[in-house]
Amino acid sequence: MEPTEDDPKLNRREFLGKAIRASVFLGIGGLAVLVAEKTISGQTVWQLDPAKCIQCGRCATSCVLTPSAVKCTHVYAMCGYCDLCGGYFKPGTKILNTAAENQLCPTNAIKRKFVEDPFFEYSIAEPLCIGCGKCVKGCSAFGNGSLQLQVRQNICENCNQCSIARNCPSGAFSRVPAGKPYLLKQIVQETKSKK
Amino acid sequence: MLNRMLWCIKNMKGRILFLMMMVFTISFMNVYGVQRFPKPEFESGYVQPETLQPSARSAVLATMDVVVLAFALALVSWLVLKKRSRKGVFLTSVFSLAYFGFYRQGCVCSIGAIQNVTLALFDSSYVIPLAAITFFILPLIFTLFFGRTFCAGVCPFGAIQDLVSFRPQKIDPRLNAILGVIPYIYLGLAILYAATGTDFIICRYDPFVGIFRFSATFGMYIFAGTLLVSGIFIARPYCRYLCPYGVLLNWISRFSWLHITITPSNCIQCRLCEDSCPYDAIDMPLIGRNPENRAVTIRKLILICLLVPFFVVLGGWTGSRLHETLAGVNGKVRLAKELLEPLKFADQPETFEIAAYKSSGKPLSLVYAEASQVLRQFYTGSWILGCFIGLVFGIILASRLLTRYRTDYSPNKGACFSCTRCVDYCPVEKNGLKEIQP
Repeated sequence: MEPTEDDPKLNRREFLGKAIRASVFLGIGGLAVLVAEKTISGQTVWQLDPAKCIQCGRCATSCVLTPSAVKCTHVYAMCGYCDLCGGYFKPGTKILNTAAENQLCPTNAIKRKFVEDPFFEYSIAEPLCIGCGKCVKGCSAFGNGSLQLQVRQNICENCNQCSIARNCPSGAFSRVPAGKPYLLKQIVQETKSKK
Repeated sequence: MLNRMLWCIKNMKGRILFLMMMVFTISFMNVYGVQRFPKPEFESGYVQPETLQPSARSAVLATMDVVVLAFALALVSWLVLKKRSRKGVFLTSVFSLAYFGFYRQGCVCSIGAIQNVTLALFDSSYVIPLAAITFFILPLIFTLFFGRTFCAGVCPFGAIQDLVSFRPQKIDPRLNAILGVIPYIYLGLAILYAATGTDFIICRYDPFVGIFRFSATFGMYIFAGTLLVSGIFIARPYCRYLCPYGVLLNWISRFSWLHITITPSNCIQCRLCEDSCPYDAIDMPLIGRNPENRAVTIRKLILICLLVPFFVVLGGWTGSRLHETLAGVNGKVRLAKELLEPLKFADQPETFEIAAYKSSGKPLSLVYAEASQVLRQFYTGSWILGCFIGLVFGIILASRLLTRYRTDYSPNKGACFSCTRCVDYCPVEKNGLKEIQP
């Protein structure tokens, strides 16, 4: 029904409706402009800073995925290829072999391979890793710290609020730009010599 | 007590010193990697493997989400307003459930995006992805023009509940009004917690995301199961009695440019659509009743004008009383509390939080200063939250007291989800009985 001159009440109601609609529209637009200043065109992803990580083991249990999207990542460039690996063997292991009772990893996710005397290569079988961080703790305590926990971005669901970040006691989790999604520790001298 | 102690510490002058110390610790951490055992020089020609760093889902797909959202909103608005087709809306909602629900696993969604936008407004260091802004803004704009078509066919949460509402029952209007306050409280709390950088509670207590992922905690499965089972009898329980985004959509939809109507032309008062709405969102005509006395209306208005400010102040005061409880969830406040009361935790093993604090080398006073800052934010925030909830109570009471007179059956623009179920009940629609007058 078209509003007419003889029906002022309808006109007033229509006018008010229009005015409110326009102000709500401007409000939404204003909010968008205000927020848009702080936007990035791409995505952010969750990542944990190994320098802050205390290997509490909550990455394994807090993730919405089972097993967790946090896995042990091996930075080979930092590894000392030790025979007595602090990340592979339980403390106090006598015979250094691949027997299950010697291994620190609860899921047998670390593979030990002989390279040449006396060096061994350690690699992570990612599907088996649950992200408990036991090996990371061992490696940082006794070794070079080449085993590090990282959110594997191909597995991570990228939840709006990461549930591990909520439970992380040391605040190691943060949103990072998707273009540079890993925060691996590197040896400083190593990178310098490469340049 | 805790509050006062923290205030005192905050006032100390050493704040700059703490910042300098923090910068020092951070710069120290960069040289964290200690090469205890040098890298061997291999003689057997061993090639060191690369550390694989698989990349995240590509940004192109995030753009596709936004395109699909815009397309689905446009399609469903057209289906609701122009085609008036329940079947079309139903099929779109099934598609949205499959795409935004099961394929995109319910993240990022418009409901959760409230918190991203809030955090972006309050935290200068937070950068908000473009997808989150668009998911927040687009449905609001579509609602302003076409009513809550987003709820009808785009929101995966609405779609999954719509699928199970087999035997919807009428809800008592008083109960409906009381339960209707919960989304306002939820919205207020979500904004408070997001603004203080504490947590995203909408995402945390999101019942359906666990179903979309086929993985959730036991408690969340129970919550989701309860909602879906009760959803058989109470249609869309989450949308009506929990959804915080629904609050915004409800208020914007009241001023929408276009909105679905039950009848395409004139209502013939046949009462066929009376029971068609599963959400009790159809306003009945009130022709039979006598308009009330002018003096009574004025008395009611005076009562409302007195009650609303009272509710606002009462709510704000109650909120401010609760600010320490509310802030207890915040990690910084919790750590400060644990460090302040070491005796209480003496017989227990050291918590990971305290262990992490000790290894970080952060000065104790910085922890207290941060906690006191958060507490002050919560004090202001809970005053505003309390006032807001008081205002909501006042407005709901006012709307219950005052009656508006209607002559036709029409959808309540705020509560209607634009699902177009009622359209099928209108005989004017079916038989083209446009000429018949009541």
